[in-house]
Amino acid sequence: MSIYRAHILLPIDEGTIQSGAIEIKKELEKRIEEENLKEEIKILETGTIGVIGKGVMIVVYPDKVTYYNVTKTNLNNIIQEHIIKGRIAEEVEHSYEGHKPVEKEYKNVGLTREQQRIVLDKCWKIDPESIDDVLAYGGYRGVEKIFSESISPEAVIEEIKNSGLRGRGGAGFPTGLKWSFTRAAKGEEKFMICNADEGEPGTFKDRLIMEGDPHKLIEAMIIAGYAVGANKGYIYIRGEYELSIKRIQKAIDQALEYNLLGKNILETNFSFYLEIKKGAGAYVCGEETALIDSLEGKRGYPRIKPPFPANKGLWQKPTCVNNVETLANIPEIIYKGSNWFKKFGTEKSTGTKVFTILGHVEYPGLIEVEMGTPLREIIFSYGGGIKGGKRFKAALVGGSAGVFLPERLLDVKMDFESLDESKAVLGSGAILVMDEDTDIVDMLFSILKFFAHESCGQCSVCRIGTHQLLNLIYGIRRGQAQEKDIDQMVKIAETMFDMSLCPLGQSLIMPVKSAVENFRQDFLNKIQNKNN
Amino acid sequence: MSREEILKTYDQTSDNLLAILHDIQDNKDEHYLTREDLKKVSDYLDLTYGFVHGVATFYSMFSLKPRGKNIIRVCQSPPCHLMGSTTISKELIKILGIKFGETTKDGLFTLEMTSCLGVCGVAPAIMINDQVYGNLNKQRLYEVIEEKRRVK
Ligand SMILES: Cc1cc2nc3c(=O)[nH]c(=O)nc-3n(C[C@H](O)[C@H](O)[C@H](O)COP(=O)(O)O)c2cc1C
Ligand code: SF4
Ligand code: FES
Repeated sequence: MSIYRAHILLPIDEGTIQSGAIEIKKELEKRIEEENLKEEIKILETGTIGVIGKGVMIVVYPDKVTYYNVTKTNLNNIIQEHIIKGRIAEEVEHSYEGHKPVEKEYKNVGLTREQQRIVLDKCWKIDPESIDDVLAYGGYRGVEKIFSESISPEAVIEEIKNSGLRGRGGAGFPTGLKWSFTRAAKGEEKFMICNADEGEPGTFKDRLIMEGDPHKLIEAMIIAGYAVGANKGYIYIRGEYELSIKRIQKAIDQALEYNLLGKNILETNFSFYLEIKKGAGAYVCGEETALIDSLEGKRGYPRIKPPFPANKGLWQKPTCVNNVETLANIPEIIYKGSNWFKKFGTEKSTGTKVFTILGHVEYPGLIEVEMGTPLREIIFSYGGGIKGGKRFKAALVGGSAGVFLPERLLDVKMDFESLDESKAVLGSGAILVMDEDTDIVDMLFSILKFFAHESCGQCSVCRIGTHQLLNLIYGIRRGQAQEKDIDQMVKIAETMFDMSLCPLGQSLIMPVKSAVENFRQDFLNKIQNKNN
Repeated sequence: MSREEILKTYDQTSDNLLAILHDIQDNKDEHYLTREDLKKVSDYLDLTYGFVHGVATFYSMFSLKPRGKNIIRVCQSPPCHLMGSTTISKELIKILGIKFGETTKDGLFTLEMTSCLGVCGVAPAIMINDQVYGNLNKQRLYEVIEEKRRVK
């Protein structure tokens, strides 16, 4: 293996690809070749850095300088100045330490601001397709610790319980407790499933974790399987995520080769096998029991609970289902200890959370910050505020079944309890920001259309209710409605809440009620237009 | 690969159904599943035809109708909606001269609507086959379609 003087990291995600990262990579390779630097400089494609509004980015290691908005023209400047002469190419927008900008104007705004990263820590630093790279950066330390110190499954579960980690897939259920149910369930054969179906509108964190650091998920699955007593695990990935599927498969193959997966892992008597299952486009399959049915090769219909998957899951056997982000916390908790983890976040919502900031903000993208960070800080500091200097109107927090928060609730802290107090939900961590020109009726229309399309149709109240709501809002949009139709929408959503089988039908009350309560005037404007 | 060869790469257990349907569909230029496919798959996995048909129609990625060479899936979920997906949809209907769910006469394009594709950072976004196109406006959309038309 040759030793390189420097590494040039090129974070690849849909944002950088759209800005021409692939062409920049080709140009970079060409220039390095021309300058005869191939022996000295290594170019590495990595996962996301989390910044989306800043074009193509490259990071030069070991100097830890990140350049933004890289073009073919200024790339030359970077090569001449930084790579050849060894000094920073001042003319190109840049920052040190990856996320710690020194330039004053970037110090407190933008996604480049310092973040506490546990889940995404390695994403932009490693070659996700190389297990050696991952190992060099401390990958699989958690698994190693468990087996070298002979930590029992019960002790692993205790550690996770003590960490306070709660599910990041939406419901926020304590992870350690969930594991203990599956462990305690009667049955010889048990299964561990990772929910990577990620269909919640506005959410793409799980994909970026899988693309940027797939081995972290493999490591977490090994630990989870060991803890709950499963020898077989499945990662159910939505069908559209081609790159995630490819990278996870490669990671599985490499882990098998290193005996981190397979028979008698690291010469212990624990064996664990992993398999990918690919979804085929159905939002409802993200619900854990629907996911299990889909994994069995059926239509993805949510099951009636109880029984819970912990007792009767895949093939009616004890099963544990966890979200990708939840799992991505596990290796560090095991390696560094639950007390370390508890230092982050709030008392009841420990650790960090990955948020996706979208819509009318200067810097859309994803950030990982401590639980309890105020929404205002996320939008105005990390997201750079409202695009074009406009006024804030609302934020849809938690995904499509989230809540429209008005300006007066901007100071809400983003953790499970604080949001609950404000009648809101953390959900998947999606934050969709809307400026003053946004029509809330139009946004609710889009949400209702989504639900009408995605209702699995199993229960009539959800199947029919979603369409009734859609019809009502069609009327309101066209100005062919009366004020009582607004309240009728809330009533229908309430009935759905009471009578639906799964949270898809139950949760529509969140966006409907919050839109009507906080932005009633938008609805009235539409209705009154008719009378003008 | 023929259908029979695809089938042979899988164990005859029902949990392989989705994967088999994916493979058979991806293997065809017209990206769809025929009655014959469903029949053969149901025989192979020892499932009823009705069951396999039920599964194939439940998931939005499967089609029982022949589709075009380029399947354009337009995301219409809230984040893309906010950033202008309605304009994108209307423009595509105009440029291609077809409605959602239809295929152009030359067999080049099929237009479909989809829920969130998980690339909302570059909203409004579409997917053409397995490739994402984001930050779209009329101009960029036009270029993308032109490019697809050129590489017949
Ligand atoms: C309609 C619906 C869609 C869901 N989609 C997802 C999803 O895409 N990913 C996910 O992890 N959890 C999703 N969930 C939540 C899961 O049912 C389940 O709570 C979660 O996977 C548990 O993992 P956790 O405890 O690690 O959060 C969804 C729930 C519902 C009702
Ligand atoms: S509530 Fe809706 S999505 Fe959930 S099971 Fe019933 S019909 Fe299906
Ligand atoms: S909302 Fe369009 S890609 Fe997510």
